[in-house]
Amino acid sequence: MKSDPALYPPGPAPRVTWPGGKSVAVWVAPNLEYYEIDPPAHPQRKSWARPHPDVVGYSHRDHSNRVSHWRMADAMGEHGFPGSVSLSVALCDHHPVVVADAAARGWEFFSHGIYNTRYAYGMSEDQERAIIADSLKTVREATGQTIRGWLAPALTHTENTFDLIAEAGLDYTCDLYHDDRPTSVATKTGRLTSIPYSLEVNDHYGFFIYNMSPRAYADALVRQFERLADEGGTVMCIPLHAYLIGQPHRIGPFADALRRIAADGRAWPTTAGAICDHWRAQQP
Amino acid sequence: MSLDPAYLDYPRRREGYDHDLYPWSSIFDRAPVAWPSGARLAVWIVVSLEYFPLIPSDTPFRAPGHMATPYPDYRHYTARDYGTRVGIHRLLDAFAAVGVRVSVAANAEAARRNPELVERIVEAGHEIIAHSTDMNGTIATGLPEADEAALIAASLDGLEAATGTRPRGWLGIARSQSWTTPGLLRAAGVEYCCDWVNDELPWRFANGLANLPLNHELSDRQVIGVQQQSAENYAEQLCDAADYLSREAGVHGGRMLPIHLTPYISGLPYRIGAIEQLLRDLTARGDCWFARGDEILDAWAAA
Repeated sequence: MKSDPALYPPGPAPRVTWPGGKSVAVWVAPNLEYYEIDPPAHPQRKSWARPHPDVVGYSHRDHSNRVSHWRMADAMGEHGFPGSVSLSVALCDHHPVVVADAAARGWEFFSHGIYNTRYAYGMSEDQERAIIADSLKTVREATGQTIRGWLAPALTHTENTFDLIAEAGLDYTCDLYHDDRPTSVATKTGRLTSIPYSLEVNDHYGFFIYNMSPRAYADALVRQFERLADEGGTVMCIPLHAYLIGQPHRIGPFADALRRIAADGRAWPTTAGAICDHWRAQQP
Repeated sequence: MSLDPAYLDYPRRREGYDHDLYPWSSIFDRAPVAWPSGARLAVWIVVSLEYFPLIPSDTPFRAPGHMATPYPDYRHYTARDYGTRVGIHRLLDAFAAVGVRVSVAANAEAARRNPELVERIVEAGHEIIAHSTDMNGTIATGLPEADEAALIAASLDGLEAATGTRPRGWLGIARSQSWTTPGLLRAAGVEYCCDWVNDELPWRFANGLANLPLNHELSDRQVIGVQQQSAENYAEQLCDAADYLSREAGVHGGRMLPIHLTPYISGLPYRIGAIEQLLRDLTARGDCWFARGDEILDAWAAA
């Protein structure tokens, strides 16, 4: 174990420019997830608060794949924001209709593990290699896309995670929260870039850590955007879960926040992969 | 270091769910639902009528809102009882003022202890659905199946004795179920439960039991109790929900707007005014059909 993971260079990261002279690259990250109703126990983390089946926990998340995915996706599409999908790749098996819908909208996929109820803590290198290889194969077979990025399943990591995804040829990770701009990530082999994701304006944090009302969360997104646009050369991520943002009392105010951000004119609505490419093109 | 190799086995990785309780479908792919008189929204108000014994049970878990301090917790016992003695009458007055009927999810013991209240509820045309025996009657996997079956029977029998009608619906405490609950409810003659919050229209389990999703995200317990919003903000959120769902219903067919109210939360003097205003706003819209759970189930099943 290391006290200082020494993952990236000192900051803040230098300013970058975006296509068309836009001030802030805005990427939306819908988490398209599958949570198992009766997952095996992990020695370091419980999947559900209650004995299985945890009816509210499971069925709340099931709402994404029956109702709210389409609401969220339509709101994004209406205001010109493509998705960069944080995908539980087993969703390709369980609900191929949902994955096909995201693919048909032209969204980019990266891996969020096999299930959001299978945690990487304690995995050997070979076990973690297996879930990376499974992710590449599953998404390629379901969508034809070769995934370029990683957001660890349920944000569970090992010390090897970044080395292993770089070894597998992945270009970016969304697991690090240290800057508003991309940075390099130190790995044994390959080349790995950190694309800023967000805990702080993640809908889960907004609604369940900070207890924001739907309208207050929408206003927070707009303020986050305006400040990052004022500073310029920045990245704003909007991480979403359909079962939260697609609820009937939340989706209207959220769609209005996207409308306000798009109307401002300073946003470059884009994907994680495109941000990675534009940032890399500006590196010495 | 490594995990048990079985941790990377996925025996239920397949098309459809990782269980056989109910089949998958997207709400947007189903035949449109038509509510009576062409309403876009079926507004389903559910009021919890609860009795919290002064001695709480943790088997299988302690109910939300139950006793919290060392015995005797008069603070919470009486604050909950306030809802049953006082708060629920404010809610019933508010429903009467706008002429709407609701479902009351009652503990059998709460009904037994409050015959005049039950009479008022029944006379007003509200539905009573089963909400276990008392707030110690929680269900989760680990509760022996015979005990769970006895608890369900005691709830249904007690409510039939207290109200004269056998309940058609069931709401579990904290919406909790065990693996055996859908089968036991079906065997006991229950027609619908409200515990699974995965949808916004009724659906059926593989065994034929219906589920009317009672969205916990739209409950006063969640928005006011957990997320600490004001009653006025809660009402605003429900109006935003009605606006959105009405537009969606215009394209895709009827939708449900479930509103789950708790007398000791929404029935307080400083909050009831916001609930009364919400009811006036929703009834004035003209696109809402206020209905009991059994009426919604029947309208959906007939379609």
